[in-house]
Order: sequence, then structure tokens, then C-alpha cells
Amino acid sequence: MARILAKSELAPKIHEIVVEAPRIARKALPGHFVVVMPDEHGERIPLTIADFDRHQGTITLVMMVVGASTLKLSRLEVGQSFYALIGPLGKPSEVEAAGTVVMVAGGVGAAPVYPIARAFYELGDRVITIQGARSRELLFWTDRLAAVSHRHIITTDDGSFGRKGLVTDPLREVLEEDRDKAIGCVYAIGPAVMMKFCARTTEPFGVKTVVSLNSIMVDGTGMCGGCRVDVGGQTLFTCVDGPEFDGHRVDWDLLISRQNIYHEQEACSLEKYLQQFQGEHAT
Amino acid sequence: MKEADQPQGKKKKKVIKHRVAMPEQDPEVRIRNFDEVPLGYTPEQAQAEARRCLQCKKPKCIDGCPVAVDIPGFVDLVAEGKFVEAARRIKQTNCLPAICGRVCPQETQCEAQCILGKKHDPAAIGRLERFAADYEREQGLVELPPKAPPTGKKVAVVGSGPAGLTVAGDLILLGHDVTIFEAFHKPGGVLMYGIPEFRLPKRIVEEEVDYLRRLGVRIELNQVIGKSITLDELFDEEGFDAVFIGVGAGLPRFMNVPGENLGGVYSASEYLTRANLMKAFAFPDYDTPIVCGRHVCVIGGGNVAMDAARTARRLGAEEVTILYRRSRQEMPARAEEIHHAEEEGIVFRLLCSPIEYTGDERGMVRQVRCQQMELGPPDESGRRRPVPIPGATFTLDTDLVIVAIGSGANPLLTQQAPGIKLNRWGYIAADQRGRTSRRAVWAGGDIVTGSATVILAMGAGKTAARDIHHYLSNPDAPWVEEPSAQEVASSET
Ligand SMILES: Cc1cc2nc3c(=O)[nH]c(=O)nc-3n(C[C@H](O)[C@H](O)[C@H](O)COP(=O)(O)OP(=O)(O)OC[C@H]3O[C@@H](n4cnc5c(N)ncnc54)[C@H](O)[C@@H]3O)c2cc1C
Ligand SMILES: Cc1cc2nc3c(=O)[nH]c(=O)nc-3n(C[C@H](O)[C@H](O)[C@H](O)COP(=O)(O)OP(=O)(O)OC[C@H]3O[C@@H](n4cnc5c(N)ncnc54)[C@H](O)[C@@H]3O)c2cc1C
Ligand code: SF4
Ligand code: SF4
Ligand code: FES
Repeated sequence: MARILAKSELAPKIHEIVVEAPRIARKALPGHFVVVMPDEHGERIPLTIADFDRHQGTITLVMMVVGASTLKLSRLEVGQSFYALIGPLGKPSEVEAAGTVVMVAGGVGAAPVYPIARAFYELGDRVITIQGARSRELLFWTDRLAAVSHRHIITTDDGSFGRKGLVTDPLREVLEEDRDKAIGCVYAIGPAVMMKFCARTTEPFGVKTVVSLNSIMVDGTGMCGGCRVDVGGQTLFTCVDGPEFDGHRVDWDLLISRQNIYHEQEACSLEKYLQQFQGEHAT
Repeated sequence: MKEADQPQGKKKKKVIKHRVAMPEQDPEVRIRNFDEVPLGYTPEQAQAEARRCLQCKKPKCIDGCPVAVDIPGFVDLVAEGKFVEAARRIKQTNCLPAICGRVCPQETQCEAQCILGKKHDPAAIGRLERFAADYEREQGLVELPPKAPPTGKKVAVVGSGPAGLTVAGDLILLGHDVTIFEAFHKPGGVLMYGIPEFRLPKRIVEEEVDYLRRLGVRIELNQVIGKSITLDELFDEEGFDAVFIGVGAGLPRFMNVPGENLGGVYSASEYLTRANLMKAFAFPDYDTPIVCGRHVCVIGGGNVAMDAARTARRLGAEEVTILYRRSRQEMPARAEEIHHAEEEGIVFRLLCSPIEYTGDERGMVRQVRCQQMELGPPDESGRRRPVPIPGATFTLDTDLVIVAIGSGANPLLTQQAPGIKLNRWGYIAADQRGRTSRRAVWAGGDIVTGSATVILAMGAGKTAARDIHHYLSNPDAPWVEEPSAQEVASSET
């Protein structure tokens, strides 16, 4: 269980991992996440289920290496297993016919967006996907997203591929073009700042905007309260009440400051593993 | 003297007033490590203490123990130097003596009833229990008891806290096939993630779990029942004949005061889970970080608050203050824990409650404003209710706050389990035998009673195991629920 069956680097620092997890695959739905621990000394970190195959009993995770835990995960080889894999957790996305949906994917957010976009596509909705990345080399799964979208817009910050600029530009245009008010909802998944600005962009249009929050978690089952967020003035737990919430009601500043609680320790931890891994390479 | 007080035998025993002291780590030393504080009796000390027991004909102490350990029986064996026999005698009714000897609130249970305690120190029952269990384990003399022939019945136990471990241990000996499902990556429940190492070494919990494994109990970790597998699936797809739910009361409570979501404000569950289960105290050897405050405030006055405060101290805090809204008499923590906390320099500020936290530009907590209270008339619980003194507030500097004001029932499992009745606080309604409103499903421990004690959870496990065995032997009998223990209690008054 939790054995790695396949692994590839989709873009620099972005890894796709296929894991054997028949029980999780059987239950997984778009929007669900898992909690993983790379090894016994590891941290418990959440990752979205980016794809699942009930038949093969596998799930696919896509993660960006940002710190010690993701670095450790990226270094596990095919045939090795995660120390712990728990899920599926969280509430699944509410996929109901919405007419037209706009899926905004920022960076590694392309992975969690994919199963949701596919679900709307299979339901017969019109799917407009806006995929953004810092530059061309960081884009991945463009073909997969294109296959489940009626329109697929790509932006890069530096203009090395698609439109130059941020995802909020085409998002605003799409909303403005939408004369017949067909857009039922917007999904925005990516870094907190991007989700915040997407929510700001859609707010004047009054279009329902769902975001998937990436709070710091421990258990992922509602037992610690570490993942608490403020939504519409109410304190909720991302792991059990979310991770998807109404983007217009999220207290973004609180989310972002809570993401940075362990800034110094995280840097120290990463430093330690980088040194250790470099040492291994040298020998 | 009444008859019950009369010591056995003809000759009246000379009463030794004071109990044998148990050596402890010095406070100055122990605040810098996570090792156990009380060091345990030597065999000589244990025998000396055991000899203080009067061997009452009608021992009151047994009435004080929720699982009715044969106290005079095992104490006498200790006095005779038959330590292993003593451990086995305890285990006839209490399968986790090394744990109970350490964490039971003896001063309100067995030792509260001990006749010696009327005039002198009561017999140190907990310490002797710990001694006998440690001796048996450390000498490698723990034996696997014989198992009944396989019955072919499958039992699922959800949760591996003391309730679940007890159910598993009892049913495996009766020949059933038992599997424990645990949400965390380590078994043991609060024993593992809540109670700190310096009070209950994790090695002891691990060895108890290992013992169950050797008896043949299967343990499936990382399985969140209600998510990974639902209750229905345990029956329909995994083929279990009976399910015991012992998921504890793990939902953290907050006070909903402004600023409570600032960084550096933790629930006690998160703080202790990071420190104990994830071993954040060994960061960066272990990857999980924790905020190590210099000026720490802990809100609450129970065991959990003491554990959090003493943990913060060990993580390097210069000053740890416990803020409790009632007075010292009302503090629910065990006397020993309060005493240990005081020895470790923890400051108690009584009759006050936080009303607001303020933070810095990074969103980290920096100050707590508190409301001063006085005691008003008694409330439903019979304790005098704290009422705010108008205008009396004060502010403390702080960089780490731990909210330890209690916990509730986590609805993760029950939401996915229609047909299981809950009481009005969200806990599972179970009858005296542990039966829930759903056929073949039992529940016990904190998920039924709300936060209680290890020994009560074990007691509930024992009762349920007996009834599960009974049910599995006559599976066609109708599923009738009897009144709950609470209902019986309230109809008697
Ligand atoms: C529901 C959910 C789904 C997610 N899905 C994905 C995904 O599919 N792919 C992906 O690349 N990332 C995902 N993330 C983010 C991912 O969990 C973090 O990038 C990861 O935990 C970073 O750990 P680290 O030790 O490598 O980095 P660190 O150096 O520890 O931290 C870098 C940043 O990651 C965040 N982080 C740190 N620890 C945790 C933690 N225990 N839990 C959550 N966030 C943490 C913090 O904001 C921190 O500033 C998801 C987060 C959530 C809450
Ligand atoms: C910090 C602290 C200190 C304490 N100190 C003392 C003390 O000194 N003396 C004393 O007697 N008592 C003490 N207690 C109370 C005592 O620990 C509890 O009453 C006792 O552990 C309850 O046992 P339980 O088996 O009901 O549940 P728990 O010990 O809570 O175990 C429940 C288990 O179920 C698991 N679980 C939850 N949901 C699911 C799910 N959906 N699927 C699978 N598994 C699940 C949890 O992860 C957990 O491992 C303390 C409690 C705390 C928190
Ligand atoms: S189990 Fe607890 S209450 Fe019972 S005798 Fe042992 S220490 Fe006392
Ligand atoms: S422990 Fe106390 S009450 Fe119990 S038998 Fe000994 S003296 Fe009597
Ligand atoms: S991660 Fe612990 S409550 Fe959500």
C-alpha cells in the first residue's frame, strides 16, 4: 500500500507521482485530498488527488517542491512507499450543471483543477479553462486540460508562451464577454494571492467563485484546528469544512499570514535536507 | 473501628503514617528534558509501601476503582516479593496497568477510598500498580495468555485509544478475529498524541500495542472510518460481524474571542499532537515545526492545560502562565499534575479569562487581554460560577497561547453513519452495555461520555467486549437497547 508505481518530473520542481491506493481510489472524487508522510520523521502534508483510477486502484498526485517535505517526497523512487497515506479527505467539489464554468488554474493548481474540469465537462457543461504559469517551462498538463475544455487560455507572466500577463486578465474578459449571463461559476485554484485576486475580479460580476484553500494542516480530520480559516466571519476548518469555500467570503490576509507561521523553521528544515542530500550525492 | 476497617489476621498491624516517597527527577533538570518525571519504586521501596496496606476484609479501595482491581490481593503479592504474580493479578481486570498506574486520578478513585487515608497517607496503589507492571515488562516476563479456539467471527474496532485497545484485547482472547482501524499513523489514541512523554513514556504504549499484535490483533493504521471506509462498508464489504466505536472526543474547542486565529494561538490538541505524536520537540530531526514561545499563556485548568504548560516549559519557555477562570478549588486537574507544574515554575493566574488577542504585523500573537472574574452563586455543576468584574481587565505579553478548554465529539464518522443516535451534545448514545441504536454497533470511551479518563474508557471497553461476545454467540437475538448509564443515574435520583 502507498507504493509508488510511476513518477515523472512534469516541469522543474513539479513531480507527478502515481501511488497504489485501492481503498482511496475507490472513494476519490474531484476536490478530495490526501495527507501524506514521506517517512517516519516526516511531517503530515496535504496534497490534492489530481487523478484516480478506480480500476487500477491508483491515485495521482502532483506536487511542487517548495520545502523539506515535498523535497523528500520527490526523492522517493518507484517501488518505495510513503510512510503514511491517508484519505480521501475533505469535502468533494460540488459538481452540478452550471451552464458555463470557468476554471482558473495557477501554477501547480493545474493538477487539482483537472479532475473538477473533467467532471463538469462530462456533465455537459461548457468549460473555459484559464491556465497560468510564471513561464513556459512551468506549464504542464496543458493537453489534459485542453481535452476537457471547450476553450483553453494559457497565460505566462513573462510571455514565453500564450498570453503575457496574469490569469486575472483573461478572466475579466471572459466575464465581460459573457453577455447572456451563462457563467454559473468560477473555480480558482492556485497560490493564495492568485485566488484572492481572482475572487476580487469576479466579485463585481456577482459570479459564484469557488476556491480551494491551502491551509497548513496536521491531521486533516478536524482534530487539531490548525487549518482554521475565517469565511464570512465564521471560523471553519479547511480539512473538514472545505477545502473549497466561497472565495468572496474568505479572509485572505488571515489565510496568508497563517501560511507563514513556520517560515523560519521551514527554511531551517529545508537547509538541513539540502545539505544531507548533497552529502549523499558527493559520496 | 467498624468491621470493615478491621485488618485481617489476629495481630493488629502497626500503622505506618507516611507513604514511601517515589524518587523524581529534580525540577531544574527535568524542565530541560522530556524524560519521565517520577522514576518509579525500587523492589525494596515497593515492598515497604505494600506492607503499609492493612489488607482490609472489606476493602473500600476496590469500590473506588472503576474496573475493580483486586487491590489488597495484588498489594499483598508485592509485599511478598511476588511481583510478576502481582502484575498478573491486576491484569485479570485491568489490561493496561503500567499506564493506569501512571495516569489514573488515584486521589479521587482507589486511593480516595483507602482506609489509611482517613488519618494518614492512603496506600500508594497507583505507584504499586505501576511498579508491578513495569517489573513484569522489564524482566521480559510478560506471557501471552491462552486463546480460545477461533470462532470465525470478525470484529472491527474503530480507534486505538484505551477503549479500543481494551475491546481488542478481550475479544481476541475469546477467539474472535479482531481488526483495529486507526486514523493516525500511530496507535494509542490520547495515550500517544495527547499525554506527554514525561508523564507516560511512549515506549510503554508501544509495548502494550505490540502485545495485542502478538496476540493476533490486526491494526490498520491511516484509516479514517467515515472517509476511507464507511461503517456500512465495514459490514457489507469487509465482512465484519460487529463494530466497536471508540473514536474519543478529539474535536478542539475555541472561545471565539477576537484574535484567536492569530499565528501562535493553538488548540491544546494541535500543540500536543505536534509535540508528542509528531515529535516537534526534536525539530529539525523530525520535520514538524512548532512555535516555541518565551512567554506562554495556557487557557484552562485541567490535565490537558497542565500537560500543555509543562510541555511549553520543556520547549524553552521562560515564563508559562496558566489562566483559569475559576479558583484553585475548582481546578479539574489532578493534584499531582498541579504540584508538578508548580515545581516547574508555572505561574497560575486564577479567576481570569482571555477576551482578546492582538498580534504583530506578521499576524503572530503578541498580547492577551484578560477579564478579571469573581465567584458568583453555584451553577448546574454545583461549582461557583465565575462572573466578570466590570471594568477589571489586564494585559499580558505573550508569544504562544494554548487553548485547553475542553473538546467535543468529532462528527466525521457519525455524519457518515445514519442510524446511530447521538445525544444532544453530539456524543454517541449508548446503553449500559455499550450498545448503540444500530444493530451490531457498540460505542464506548470519550465518544460516549465526553472527555473522561483512561480507566473509564477501558471500563467501557470491557463492558462492551463482554456484550459483543454475548451477541456473537447468539447473533439472532433481538437488538434491544437498555437505558443508558446516564438515564439509570437520573431515574435513581
Ligand atoms: C487541501 C490542500 C491541498 C494541497 N494540494 C497540493 C497539491 O496538489 N500539490 C502541491 O504541490 N501542493 C499542494 N498543497 C500545498 C502543500 O501541502 C504544501 O506545499 C506542502 O505542505 C509544503 O511542505 P514542505 O515541507 O515541502 O514546505 P515547507 O517549507 O514546510 O512550507 C512551504 C509552504 O507550504 C505550506 N505548508 C507547510 N507545511 C504545511 C502543511 N503541513 N500543510 C499544508 N501546508 C503546509 C506553508 O504555507 C509554507 O509556507 C495543498 C495544500 C492543501 C491545504
Ligand atoms: C492531554 C490529555 C491529558 C490527559 N490526561 C489524563 C490523565 O492523566 N489521566 C486520565 O485518566 N485521563 C487523561 N486524559 C483523558 C484520557 O486520555 C481519555 O479519556 C481517554 O484517552 C479516552 O479514551 P478513548 O479510547 O475513548 O479515546 P482516545 O484516546 O481519544 O482514542 C481515540 C482514537 O480514535 C481515533 N479516531 C478518531 N476518529 C477516528 C475515525 N473516524 N476512524 C479511525 N480512528 C479514529 C483517534 O485518532 C484516536 O487514536 C487526558 C486527555 C488529554 C487530551
Ligand atoms: S486501575 Fe486506576 S483506579 Fe483502579 S486500582 Fe489501578 S490506579 Fe487505582
Ligand atoms: S489499599 Fe487501603 S483500603 Fe485497600 S486494602 Fe489496603 S488499606 Fe485497605
Ligand atoms: S488539519 Fe487538523 S483540524 Fe484540519
